[in-house]
Amino acid sequence: MSARTAVSRRTFLGYSFSASAFVLGTKLVPGEAIAQIVSPTSPPVWQPGVYLGIDVDGTVAIIAHRSEMGSGIRTSLPMVVAEELEADWARVRIVQAIGDPKYGSQNTDGSCSMKDFYDAMRIAGASARTMLEQAAAGSWKVPVAEVTARDHAVVHERTGRSLPYGTLVESAAKLSVPPPQSLRFKAPESYRLIGKTVGITDLDDLVSSKGTFGIDARIPGMVYAAVARPPVLGSKLARVDDAAARRVAGVQNVVRLQEANPPYEFKALGGAAVIASDTWSALQGRKALKVDWTDSPHAVFESAAFKKQLLGTVSAPARALRTVGDVDKMFAAGGPTHEASYYTAMLAHAPMEPPAAVAEFRDGKVVTWAATQNPQAVQEAVASALGIKKEDVTCHVTLLGGGFGRKSKPDYVVEAAMLSKEVGRPVKIVWSREDDLQFDYFHAPAAQYLKAAIGQDGLPTALLMRTAFPPIGSLWNAEEQYGGWQANQGWTDIPYRLANLRVENAPAPAHTRVGWLRSVANIHHAYAVQTFTDELAALAQAERVDYLLKLIGEPRVIDFAAEGMPGRKPDDPRHSFDTARLRHVTELVAEKSGWARKKSGARRGFGLAAHWSFLSYIAAVVEVEVDERGDVTIPRVDIAVDAGTIVNPDRVVSQFEGAAVFGTSLALMGQMTAIGGRIQQSNFDSYPVARINQAPRETHVHIVPSSAAPAGVGEPGVPPMAPAICNAVFAATGHRIRELPIAAQLRT
Amino acid sequence: MISLTINGVRRSFDGDPSMPLLWVLRDRLELTGTKFGCGVGLCGACTVHVGSEATRSCVTPMSALEGKVVTTIEGLAAPGREHPLQSAWKDHHVAQCGYCQSGQIMQAATLLAAAPRPSDADIDAHMAGNLCRCGTYQRIRAAIKDAAGRRR
Repeated sequence: MSARTAVSRRTFLGYSFSASAFVLGTKLVPGEAIAQIVSPTSPPVWQPGVYLGIDVDGTVAIIAHRSEMGSGIRTSLPMVVAEELEADWARVRIVQAIGDPKYGSQNTDGSCSMKDFYDAMRIAGASARTMLEQAAAGSWKVPVAEVTARDHAVVHERTGRSLPYGTLVESAAKLSVPPPQSLRFKAPESYRLIGKTVGITDLDDLVSSKGTFGIDARIPGMVYAAVARPPVLGSKLARVDDAAARRVAGVQNVVRLQEANPPYEFKALGGAAVIASDTWSALQGRKALKVDWTDSPHAVFESAAFKKQLLGTVSAPARALRTVGDVDKMFAAGGPTHEASYYTAMLAHAPMEPPAAVAEFRDGKVVTWAATQNPQAVQEAVASALGIKKEDVTCHVTLLGGGFGRKSKPDYVVEAAMLSKEVGRPVKIVWSREDDLQFDYFHAPAAQYLKAAIGQDGLPTALLMRTAFPPIGSLWNAEEQYGGWQANQGWTDIPYRLANLRVENAPAPAHTRVGWLRSVANIHHAYAVQTFTDELAALAQAERVDYLLKLIGEPRVIDFAAEGMPGRKPDDPRHSFDTARLRHVTELVAEKSGWARKKSGARRGFGLAAHWSFLSYIAAVVEVEVDERGDVTIPRVDIAVDAGTIVNPDRVVSQFEGAAVFGTSLALMGQMTAIGGRIQQSNFDSYPVARINQAPRETHVHIVPSSAAPAGVGEPGVPPMAPAICNAVFAATGHRIRELPIAAQLRT
Repeated sequence: MISLTINGVRRSFDGDPSMPLLWVLRDRLELTGTKFGCGVGLCGACTVHVGSEATRSCVTPMSALEGKVVTTIEGLAAPGREHPLQSAWKDHHVAQCGYCQSGQIMQAATLLAAAPRPSDADIDAHMAGNLCRCGTYQRIRAAIKDAAGRRR
């Protein structure tokens, strides 16, 4: 077995520019300046110009500073730089960044990579193009206005002269970076990359096995670790008998990993670690450990009882977050009302690549290769655990075999780093699937209660909404029971125009680590709101598209401050909630799915849902078939998407195709449970996710052409799926689904 | 001592005979294209060929491989060449994160060998053991059909 250098230097940071290369961005562009030219009212996001370099041979290196976990962002953001640079895409090399705050946020979640960095990428490309034009004009001694950058060269039309970018690098490097206000940007009609489908940079590697994921990283001399972690959150190692484990072939050592205390943040959970010569031996050794654990207060966590507790909590008045008019007065008036409670199960992320990392502690510093959505969080968490400075933690980012939010939380990288310090060698940690499912940062179980007073036209005259779920904030404050920002995900921001509305959040304690999973609280909130909407429409015997459009009301930009949330302003006016766009996707999905011609009944049904999340407007129509056993299949899904400007259309389409499958998994089968605080599921048999024969057979994605600011695409396809499926099930069977997953609820 | 052929190379293995092929490939031979997903044969990420059979390497102990011929994703096509599935996979932009894709391609390759014109039902039946959490199934189906056409 030969020791090979861990990872290709070219793929990861080690890419070095030749001595005379022109590297743009050693100067930081002040955020205020960018804010002024981009939009006078957008926030001064800190946007460094550190994203590209051009070599003397003309090779353009563009830094991908966000993590690649399947969205294609490692290609799409560089496309924006290359577009404004007028670069030949074939001569662009994409270089994955290490964790470094100079790139701005690298936390690849919240569907915000394109939203937050589109302008920064345009500025980076346009700045370099301008400097190359200035360099060429200088060498020809002509006014810069007479030259044009085109296809990797600067041309002087009048004299027919042309200088390729590579030849201009040395003189361009001597110029100062132009102020962003002075930059000219390309006209959208001249785009050659933005809005065109471009194959991802890793396309060849991913079909030929050459891509390096976290689980594939390798450092000479490394050992492999498997950790026995506290089975109930908060329990500690009482006693360990490692005699049998040490006798397992390949096992080298068993070491204690200090348990974490709350708040759990991104800390390693701790326990007992088996160190071995390969993954298999480490796993076998762990199996041979005899471990006793101390009791934990979280042993009270029983999923069935907790579900009752949550449903009980939302039946009583709670903290009001948004108030319009007086719902109580309307309910007391004695007219017809309708109420319903909903429950959604706890979920695990289950990325196909479980958490994996390699770390080496040496001379007080750590170097790690990790499948991480957030390399700067790796630096902080590892530094904090080891008592070193975060600047002394180097985090190389590999490809991620899925993330879905799990790999934003670098507890597994901390484990590898702590163990490397303990054993004095590089350590590779690969979580088994059992580890992944049982020690996840779970999407919390949730309950909602909704009550409407119904007017003579069948539309609600008052709406009360109450939600409860253990919040993500409990990671940092173990006592936190309110949802905070998660209550603004598809709940307080309900777009219906109602004269009487009260939106509440009830408390719920956390007994596990709670984390954000693809689309986060939008999952349960969209499910409750869009199912309840269908219930009201059914009571009114109304056509569903028509009813939904009436609830959304006349097109308006929602002023939340004026509609019951004093002080609430949009973070960015370019992304105000414009209900015209939600109406449009609803109408579009109806048209594209042939909604008007669809006839439900005879175990076949069509369901509608629309939802705004991550600043994108999405509507879905789902067709289901419910067989005689009560199993649900999904022949067709239509999804209409308004996500503003689209950079790489095929990758956007693929995100929504994937979201349809992800939403199907959580609607039909996803469910994590605990007994005595211990997670009951351990692998894909007990925690199934949709297979090829269970996933929607056809998903058609309809993108609204738009020049609006780019919004999210990774997550917003998920929330409408579950309610659209359940509404379709109701249309097919008359059975109303008020609890997810559907699982065996339709079994006869 | 267990002797077998992996991607055309004769190999001998003298470690724990209960060690699954997956870990020998990944940790000993540095053939990391074969992925770990579940360890119990439920997800298909670790699919290789033993002879002409698609096989879950995570539950195949080395002791079962004496004299066998193993092909991994690294050996699916001749050096410098692409299997028709790999070409079709690229044309359909199937991969999202890409992690499960080598297992998917290895599984699909045995379908094409057995059924030159697979129907949707054939594909679903053959591919149902291979999970993709990104949800690329519809493109997998399209790419397999396309590759089948190219082979004819």
